[in-house]
Amino acid sequence: MRIILILLLFLPLGSLSGCGEVWNDPYPASERGKNNLYSVFVERPKHLDPVQSYTTDESQFIRQILEPPLQYHYLKRPYELTPLTAVELPRPRELEGGKFTVYEIRIRPGIRYQPHPAFVEANQKLPRGKIEDLKSPYELPLGTRELVADDYIYQIKRLAHPRLHSPILGLMSEYIVGMADYAKRLRAADTDRSRWLDLREHALNGVERVDRYTYRVKLNGRYPQFVYWLAMPFFTPIPWEAEKLFEQPGMAKKNFTLDWWPVGTGPYMLSENNPNARMILERNPNFRGEPYPSEGEPEDAAAGLLADAGKTMPFIDRVVFSREKESVPLWNKFLQGYYDVAGIGSDQFDQAVRVSVEGATEPTDEMIKKGITLSTIVSATIYYFGFNMKDPVVGGSSERARKLRQAISIAVDMEEYLSIFENGRGVVAHSPIPPGIFGRRTGKEGINALTHVWRDGREQRRPLEDARKLLAEAGYPDGRDPKTGAPLLLYFDTTARGPGDKSRLDWWRKQLARLSIQLEVRQTDWNRFQEKIRTGTQQLYGLGWSADYPDAENFLFLLHGPQARADGAGANSSNYVNPKYDALFEKMKNMPNSPERQRVIDAMIDMARRDAPWIFGFHPKDFSLRHSWVANAKPNDMAGNTTKYRRIDVPRREALRREWNKPVVWPAVVILLTVLISAIPAVLTYRRRERMAARPA
Amino acid sequence: MLGYILRRVLYAIPILVGVNLITFALFFIVNTPDDMARMHLGVKRVTPEAIEKWKQERGYDRPLFFASQQNGLSKITQTIFFEKSVRLFAFDFGPAEDRRDIGEEIRARMGPSLALAIPVFLVGLAVNITFALLMAFFRATYLDFWGVVLCVAMMSISTLFYIIGGQYVAAKLWNLVPISGYDGGLDAGRFVILPVLIGVVSGIGSGSRWYRTIFLEEMGRDYVRTARAKGLAESVVLFRHVLKNAMIPILTGAVVVIPLLFMGSLLAESFFGIPGLGSYTIDAIQAQDFAVVRSMVFIGSVLYIMGLLLTDLSYTLVDPRIRFD
Repeated sequence: MRIILILLLFLPLGSLSGCGEVWNDPYPASERGKNNLYSVFVERPKHLDPVQSYTTDESQFIRQILEPPLQYHYLKRPYELTPLTAVELPRPRELEGGKFTVYEIRIRPGIRYQPHPAFVEANQKLPRGKIEDLKSPYELPLGTRELVADDYIYQIKRLAHPRLHSPILGLMSEYIVGMADYAKRLRAADTDRSRWLDLREHALNGVERVDRYTYRVKLNGRYPQFVYWLAMPFFTPIPWEAEKLFEQPGMAKKNFTLDWWPVGTGPYMLSENNPNARMILERNPNFRGEPYPSEGEPEDAAAGLLADAGKTMPFIDRVVFSREKESVPLWNKFLQGYYDVAGIGSDQFDQAVRVSVEGATEPTDEMIKKGITLSTIVSATIYYFGFNMKDPVVGGSSERARKLRQAISIAVDMEEYLSIFENGRGVVAHSPIPPGIFGRRTGKEGINALTHVWRDGREQRRPLEDARKLLAEAGYPDGRDPKTGAPLLLYFDTTARGPGDKSRLDWWRKQLARLSIQLEVRQTDWNRFQEKIRTGTQQLYGLGWSADYPDAENFLFLLHGPQARADGAGANSSNYVNPKYDALFEKMKNMPNSPERQRVIDAMIDMARRDAPWIFGFHPKDFSLRHSWVANAKPNDMAGNTTKYRRIDVPRREALRREWNKPVVWPAVVILLTVLISAIPAVLTYRRRERMAARPA
Repeated sequence: MLGYILRRVLYAIPILVGVNLITFALFFIVNTPDDMARMHLGVKRVTPEAIEKWKQERGYDRPLFFASQQNGLSKITQTIFFEKSVRLFAFDFGPAEDRRDIGEEIRARMGPSLALAIPVFLVGLAVNITFALLMAFFRATYLDFWGVVLCVAMMSISTLFYIIGGQYVAAKLWNLVPISGYDGGLDAGRFVILPVLIGVVSGIGSGSRWYRTIFLEEMGRDYVRTARAKGLAESVVLFRHVLKNAMIPILTGAVVVIPLLFMGSLLAESFFGIPGLGSYTIDAIQAQDFAVVRSMVFIGSVLYIMGLLLTDLSYTLVDPRIRFD
């Protein structure tokens, strides 16, 4: 009996030992020693259809699968476009004196699609029962075909598809000739939603097929930023066969749609799509191969980033993305070696990174001991704090309001904010343009002279006295309204409502209290916050913007008058309107990068600094960690198709995983023994009671 | 019996309509269809036309409860509430706002949820009853006292602490099991060992104290005294008599949750990366996916009603005096 009991207690541990040397490996034993990359995703992707997908979470999947004509150079900075499927970078050709611009894109012949059921004709007429039995579309016979210009044209047409929602349809309708009218025509033609809408039967004026491998896009006016869009998933090819396959009745019910099963020519193909647990990309056997870049920044060679120059990519066979909704298990699994790369959450920052007195960051000793490397990059993003220019107190172009905004811009100490709340992960912004993008000036020339001074070779925030002086000139001496004598009361609208946000909001109150201004924080949910921004009823607020492409236009448009949010649906949430700024914006957006463009940008930034519709917040710094077995990892904020460059030293990973994850059994045994021993008094008491004679009454 | 069941099923219909109505009202007090559209379309470059189109495609461009412009019955039927509610009663959940089929999702996530919930329920029930019986057996001794102290201490610790602490100790420090993740088939075992253990341990405190109270109440009854007077061993008194007679309150608490096991565990599934229905519901709430929230609340209500019915029926098994005539 006792032996059976002991066996039962130890059975779970015994069964675990059957898993091999390592017990806590979350991956199947069959994957050990395989050339896989292990990564994570936090949010379920909403869309994998390139016509709709617009988030970083989604692009980490689709950018490995789909290939637009252009891509960003992996190593060179500032960011540089290079051909991907295109033969060369398209050059704009102006027609009718600049009334139209034509981009002619020639793609390379011989590029083939991944194996996919869409390319087998028999799969286009499947009986309903067969579809219902499928677990994956890849259970069907697979075929392929060559990539042709028509596939790119088909996708451009899909931007106007009446059953899809492309976020850039509005923008492209302004530029691609005939796009707005095309969207209307398609809506009229889409009378029966149960039938596939074959876009090949509907021509789009602004897009023309030249030959099997060449197509032209005709734009209204000039739009130099169009080439950047050609490096985004919106302009990847989609074969009509794929759309037709997934339009068959019963496919959507099985979640077999183009939105969940992308098809492309890239180095990887999606072989498992389980957005609840894991997504797997397999090497595309039809991928043509692409040489690893042989040029980069001067320090890249020393960092070993050119060691694979000229070798054929991709290097990794399989990419396994596991879903981790919580940061604690994610971080611990990274430390165990089960994820190859990881970001750093604020909870883990102190464990991972050491910040020196000079502000330099390096991995902690624990990370160095494990061979973990830290990479940082200032993101092409800005977090700003805006004033609503329609507000009667802080808004408007009067000298009073401008000086009030300037005073607050000085008083809000963003250096302190970064130090306290962001672990120093960011650089103070002096304009909307982040580092690494043409138009941004550095050093003394780059500082916002209204909020900072250049002293001892570095920028320093102006003293509070300057802010108080401006405040007095604005008509609020000592932060009080002279008419009523009451302190100036301002409102800060924010979605920060969690317990962890209290300190941040207190900090904001203190910043304005230094000018004797009272700040009332209006905490609200995301929906109400958006509504306030949309209707222009906020006063002070905070928002952010990440670059679509590395061009100053993509940031300066956030202050463009015609895009005022309260007057339409633009991205100018401060509703800043300055006709001079707007005129310069119209001029700047069509100019190539040149000294002349720099002068125009400088003038615009000067206006924005003087008018101060924003407190120019900060540009966040992204920190990422990678294990010693991951090679060719260089942060790139623009290129999403970076997996093909990565290489894994699999034997090293296996050895280190074994070393780091040796099971420690004895504490579990001790606990079991303790439980057993603690039961002894109970057993003894029970026996004593059972043998006890009845007590006299 | 059949008549009773039929009557209860019919009673359930107005309850389900009411639950659906309350869910609907609460959801749309917080989120307007415009908010939902914005949430799903993202924040970058969303035009008013795109929002209108999104609403139109999903039927959110209609009035919520009453279509005053329509005639006759259409005033009721041409509304968001009617359109979205009627299909639920046929268990046709339709697509989520991201167009994935809800029924398909539920089928896929049911297995992982049950793989975690059933062992936690069964092992937990067995452990709690055993521990409670032991405390009742050793009542008024130092073993009972320290047992109750242990229970109170275990009740006072948050479930989150058990989870994070368990992950740290068992998976990080001792490397015995994976920290998180899930796999199908038999492989699921090594992923659910730790969450099951944590689920059982975290429930011992409250469960055992509750059952101890029930057992102590039963042990004061006349039939227990009679059994002892007959000279029966204490173990026989406890397991054959007390346990059997305490089954009604035990069943009241236990059977009602059996159908709800299907709904999954919100916290454990999130932390252990188990792709079950609990995390599906949380994701839907965060994403303002009304189609999923509505479906999950509806299923939860149906299961709860089923649980109550099963509880009532189970009484007949443990107490022959109970009849549903």
